[in-house]
Amino acid sequence: MMSGSDPSKEEFWRWQEYHRIVPDIKWSSKDVITAGVDVGSVGSKAAVMVNGKAYSWGITRTGANSPESANKALDYALKDTGLKVSDLKFIVGTGYGRVNVPMANKAITEIACHAKGANYIWGPSVRTVLDVGGQDIKAIKIDETGRVVSFLMNDKCAAGTGRGMEVFADLLQIPIEDIGEISLTVEKEPEPVSCTCVAFAKTEAMGLLRKGWSKEKVLAAYTRAMAVRMANLINRVGLERELVVTGGQSKNRGIVSRIETILGVKCLPMPNWREDGLDPMVAGALGAALIGKALYEKAQKT
Amino acid sequence: MITCGMDLGTQRVKVVVLKDGKVVGRAQGFSGFDPTKAAEKAVSDALKEANLTMSDVKHFSATGSAVDMAPYANSTVSMMGADAKAGVFLVPAARTIIDVGAEEARALKCDEKGIMVDFVVNERCAAGAGAFIEAMSRALEVKLEEMGPLSLKAERASPINASCVIFGESDVVSLIHRQESKPEIARAVFDAMADRVSSMIHRLGVNPEVVLVGGVAKDVGFVASLNRKLGLSVVIPEYPDYVGALGAALTAASRAAKEAQ
Amino acid sequence: MITHYGYCDGSGEYYVVVDSDRCSGCGECVKICPEKALELVTEFIDLEDKTVAAVTEDKRKKIKYTCAACKPETNQTPCVLSCKTKAITCIWNPK
Repeated sequence: MMSGSDPSKEEFWRWQEYHRIVPDIKWSSKDVITAGVDVGSVGSKAAVMVNGKAYSWGITRTGANSPESANKALDYALKDTGLKVSDLKFIVGTGYGRVNVPMANKAITEIACHAKGANYIWGPSVRTVLDVGGQDIKAIKIDETGRVVSFLMNDKCAAGTGRGMEVFADLLQIPIEDIGEISLTVEKEPEPVSCTCVAFAKTEAMGLLRKGWSKEKVLAAYTRAMAVRMANLINRVGLERELVVTGGQSKNRGIVSRIETILGVKCLPMPNWREDGLDPMVAGALGAALIGKALYEKAQKT
Repeated sequence: MITCGMDLGTQRVKVVVLKDGKVVGRAQGFSGFDPTKAAEKAVSDALKEANLTMSDVKHFSATGSAVDMAPYANSTVSMMGADAKAGVFLVPAARTIIDVGAEEARALKCDEKGIMVDFVVNERCAAGAGAFIEAMSRALEVKLEEMGPLSLKAERASPINASCVIFGESDVVSLIHRQESKPEIARAVFDAMADRVSSMIHRLGVNPEVVLVGGVAKDVGFVASLNRKLGLSVVIPEYPDYVGALGAALTAASRAAKEAQ
Repeated sequence: MITHYGYCDGSGEYYVVVDSDRCSGCGECVKICPEKALELVTEFIDLEDKTVAAVTEDKRKKIKYTCAACKPETNQTPCVLSCKTKAITCIWNPK
């Protein structure tokens, strides 16, 4: 019954460990080469930048030991580049909780790094970032330079998180990868369920099914409530265009399209990271590397 | 004079029959798919125990989260009002009453007449109510009634994410996989609940006697954690889960007396 | 930077908000908090480390309970009143 251990669901959220080198970028020892290492609860990411341009990155699974995971991610990002750790002018570490990134010159919060990275990936027009992960939701408002203006992180309540959506998919016996599309098949959008608590929603949903509601309608009412919650979090930090949604739930069309309707704003599209675009998953590592560059240059001046 | 009180929640229904200030019948059942029908059954059981029929009942009062589905009710009373009335009836020195049920937790301050002065309530988040303990017992694969005795065997509490039922469930499962001790996990569940409930009372000010009622008051694990947290011994009346229904029956009695005048 | 410490759950929304641009790091709020829910931390702002007030990590997920006794819905809590630079506010909206 525990959703976390169901292999089919892990498959949906699963991402490939991979690394990439951006072609056409050459480096020499005169360049400012910096790196960011982002050790998350599930994935460890590292990115290398040459003069503030993304050059290579690597994404690996986080192991039990965070210094080891950090090393592994950085080695992966450096693979086939000819670069050594000693070539890096500055390394910034970031990640979930108080992680330990041993080779880092400086540790910086994940919010600041994620914000800077979103600014790099989508450009200076991005002002609001909603990041919905498996166990938390972050709403970040940034300025045109990627500086954090206002933020909140909700990791107290499962409503809207990947874990919360899995519970609901289980209850309605709908595959997790289909819940977004199925929630959009209703002819008329129902009122959102009145209670956002996932534990209580279980009871409420059973009641609605007994009343004769279709699974699709129940799912739509629940997804709507989750989207309302997320829109409220965005409004709490202050909505400003452009908006992007990152994290696992950015794959859930049912959530993203409802947020767009509620807020009256279209989200910026995802870059095509499978081909030649930047991967939003490395936003934190890219931001860390950029902050590393700024810190290095500041130290050179003084 | 005979009156009847009903506490109709979305999980359980409880009924008390009162005769001249004495409880002569009580019954309860699961609310289930049809709370009205479950309520009718509980009423007939309680009246049978009291050897009475519906025609003997002067006034019928109802309370609870599903009160709008309550049959027979001549009047309704708020859950807080019912708790205050019955709490002071059972424990005359009661000034703080805590009611922890499956769906919500309430704390209220009252005067010597059983009139509520101030209150705090937690609802709409399962982590703040008995539902949290139930969900954790399922995740631990321990019967709900065994959770308390089990927790008393622990010297310390395991670190769990107790802020949310859903996150707590996955935490408990991974702790079991790591072969953490079940008593320590159970203790963590009760400590987290006690932490939340004691904070509710601190807002009101801790005025003795502190009386604990509601279904969760029967749980020795929760009571031990709460006493430790508050640094005092809470008073638990007999049949703590019937306190809401008793409050309704007492309210019915005073309303019937007023009508008779 | 404005940091919202706290959360939104089924029961409502509860935040103690610290504006680190305004915060002077004087620590008055830390001293006055009856629940020891505040501390001074080092925050990285505009490439500088700055000492500012923050809600302690262990209290962030139970702020609704921890802070309730100060009646945050009034926005007149000891921490708010102690702050000379008006860097702290409470947002308290139980449903």
